Amino acid sequence: MNPQILGVVVMFIATLLLAVPLGKYIAKVYSGQKVWTDFLFGRLERLLFKASRINPTIEMTWKQSLTALLTLNLIWFLWVMFCLLNQSWLPMNPDHNPDMTPDLAWNTAISFLVNCNLQDYSGETGVSYFSQVFALMFLQFVSAATGLAAAAVVFNALKDRTATQLGNFYNYFVKSCTSILLPLCLLIATVHVFQGTPMTFKGKDTVTSLQGDTMHVSRGPVAAFVAIKHVGTNGGGFFGANSAHPFENPTYLSNIVQMIAQILLPFAMIFAFGFYTNKKRLAWVFWGVMTFGFLMLVVPAIIAEVHGNPNIANMGIAQPDGNMEGKEIRFGAVASAFWSIATTVISTGSVNAMHDSFMPVSGMNMLLGMMINSFYGGVGVGFLNFFIYVILAVFIGGLMVGRTPEFGGKKIEAREMKIAMIIALFHPFLILTGTAIASYLAAHDTNMGWWFADAAGKHNASGWLNNPSHHGFTEMLYQYTSSSANNGSGFEGLADNNPFWNISTGIVLLFSRFLPIIGPVAIAGLIAQKKFIPTSSGTLKTDTGTFGLLVFAVKIIIAALAFFPVLALGPIAEMMKMH
Amino acid sequence: MKKELLPSILLTIVSIVLLAWVYPAIVWGIAQFAPNKGEGFVIKGKDNKDYYENIGQNFTEDKYFWSRPSAVSYNAAGSGGSNKGTDNPDYLLQVQARIDTFMAHNPGINKRDIPSDLVTASGSGLDPHISVQGAKIQIKRIAGSRGLTVVQVAAIVKTHIEAPMFGMGPERINVLQLNIDLDKMKY
Repeated sequence: MNPQILGVVVMFIATLLLAVPLGKYIAKVYSGQKVWTDFLFGRLERLLFKASRINPTIEMTWKQSLTALLTLNLIWFLWVMFCLLNQSWLPMNPDHNPDMTPDLAWNTAISFLVNCNLQDYSGETGVSYFSQVFALMFLQFVSAATGLAAAAVVFNALKDRTATQLGNFYNYFVKSCTSILLPLCLLIATVHVFQGTPMTFKGKDTVTSLQGDTMHVSRGPVAAFVAIKHVGTNGGGFFGANSAHPFENPTYLSNIVQMIAQILLPFAMIFAFGFYTNKKRLAWVFWGVMTFGFLMLVVPAIIAEVHGNPNIANMGIAQPDGNMEGKEIRFGAVASAFWSIATTVISTGSVNAMHDSFMPVSGMNMLLGMMINSFYGGVGVGFLNFFIYVILAVFIGGLMVGRTPEFGGKKIEAREMKIAMIIALFHPFLILTGTAIASYLAAHDTNMGWWFADAAGKHNASGWLNNPSHHGFTEMLYQYTSSSANNGSGFEGLADNNPFWNISTGIVLLFSRFLPIIGPVAIAGLIAQKKFIPTSSGTLKTDTGTFGLLVFAVKIIIAALAFFPVLALGPIAEMMKMH
Repeated sequence: MKKELLPSILLTIVSIVLLAWVYPAIVWGIAQFAPNKGEGFVIKGKDNKDYYENIGQNFTEDKYFWSRPSAVSYNAAGSGGSNKGTDNPDYLLQVQARIDTFMAHNPGINKRDIPSDLVTASGSGLDPHISVQGAKIQIKRIAGSRGLTVVQVAAIVKTHIEAPMFGMGPERINVLQLNIDLDKMKY
């Protein structure tokens, strides 16, 4: 087999083999059973609870859980805003980077709070080590744990019983941090340290190159950062070039480790659901649907990137390695294309190659991955998004065969359906409205005044585009899609560090994070209170291939209807023009 | 919300201590056992000077193997790619100009043999590697400007090919390492 193809196949299979036992472990952690890590991390948990005066055995309703979640998030937001706005005088700033502007701090704080990690700054010049570690890396941990804990509440609600008490939210949160995220991160950071990723608190180094030029080399506590960035599907890079940077991702091995690290928890959460609720078959059906969708997106992208850019072929040079603009030699076109789709179907948004320079078909598939946003999806929240589609599919399936819609022995009624529909439609609404406004401004070349200035100081809206025509349109579409999917990758050519983009994407980020958490938790909470109806011949079976196909169809129909026109204007038109 | 406020604040404080203080401190401790104590791997040059192995450098002189083009001119304090779309007319002109420059510095080569990585910018702007073909096509120029034979330079290139890891991933050549070893050669 081609060595590059073999690399990605091994990556995928290794992830699956690790995810099943990890899923079992997570199910045990959330159901309070003994696990082998208790000797160390169990003690740590008790210490944390004692110090914060929390009794982890008190059960909470779904409303109390959400209140706790939102309170924690508010406090974190305030702390991080403080750090970013005052980093110039706070400690650990050897490179003397300045304070963030208020609009950039607003965007950055929200974007890390909501697990998106859209970065309108560049790591080398935009933040101090204090902000990197105490603000951003801290949020990478706790935002991932928030998603995991919310999913744990939903798991609890979907057990075969009637209940109003759904476990203790703080308990799920702390256990997600100490028993799941922290051990994985320590392992992955250790691998990186020995692969050549820096872990130092010293500032820039000045060296003379072999040819005699003076170079400043940025360093920092990168290894610790890069581990949680992937384990928590956050994706925010330490350096501007993210995982394309040779310090952040030094070798082919580190690339494999980062890839496994980011897909591992989204996989494992599906299996954890199966083990926790004793619905293992259903978990495999879910995984099958997601994998089918993932393959449909990733295979065309790999083919397109390996095939190369026809415009460059026309110049008469060889493209033995495919489309190499924006890609690194040590990963190659195949691993870069695989990464670009993986990072967009799950909500990581880290990049090991520049998405702006991919072929149009790859760009479209990245967008589709984020538009559907639940072919795996981010830690915890990917499962929650998928759950919404399951509810819709149960309802449609129930109507089609004339049976009462049921899921897990509970009736699905008007109230749950309304919530599910609002959540499902809000995502396209945010993306399309944002893109429409931005393209209107760019097309009319509006004078943006305070809201925007390009490098030359001009206020014309078209100045935020790095590429003309359809590709420029796709840059704007990508930015809002990435925000609404809480992904964080970008067509980085877009000039996004200005009040217009910082503020508008910040608003999209807030809505698109908390509604898709509140919605599914509310639905699950409502369902949990209902009477449990044991399976009978009248039940629509959910753990079958047919139901899997139905869920897949619902996703495709919603995405196709909502997004086809906008894709036709962007990547599809670009593709047509090229051939 | 009021009831949740105090535990939430306390939990935030202890989480910061654990996740942003203890965790990085442990990783930093582990890094002390890594080569160069976690400050980035280095390789020694001719005059015993340290260079960062993973950070690519800009080479413009004919006697050195050239690295890939960089959108940030190998600024290791501000990494990034060009972010140009595949059919952007300005970008395509730029690629054409790079091909022309390359042809001018490497007379006698066949244009069809230039691999695309030598005329496209990398993602980080700091790519330390080039493809094997990217090195091979420069051999003639290097030999000419250093007064070596083509066979000698081809031999040193061959020893610098990094094979795929366990049969996975692309073959590659670290340009800095190759140039350092080229400087060490006696001629």
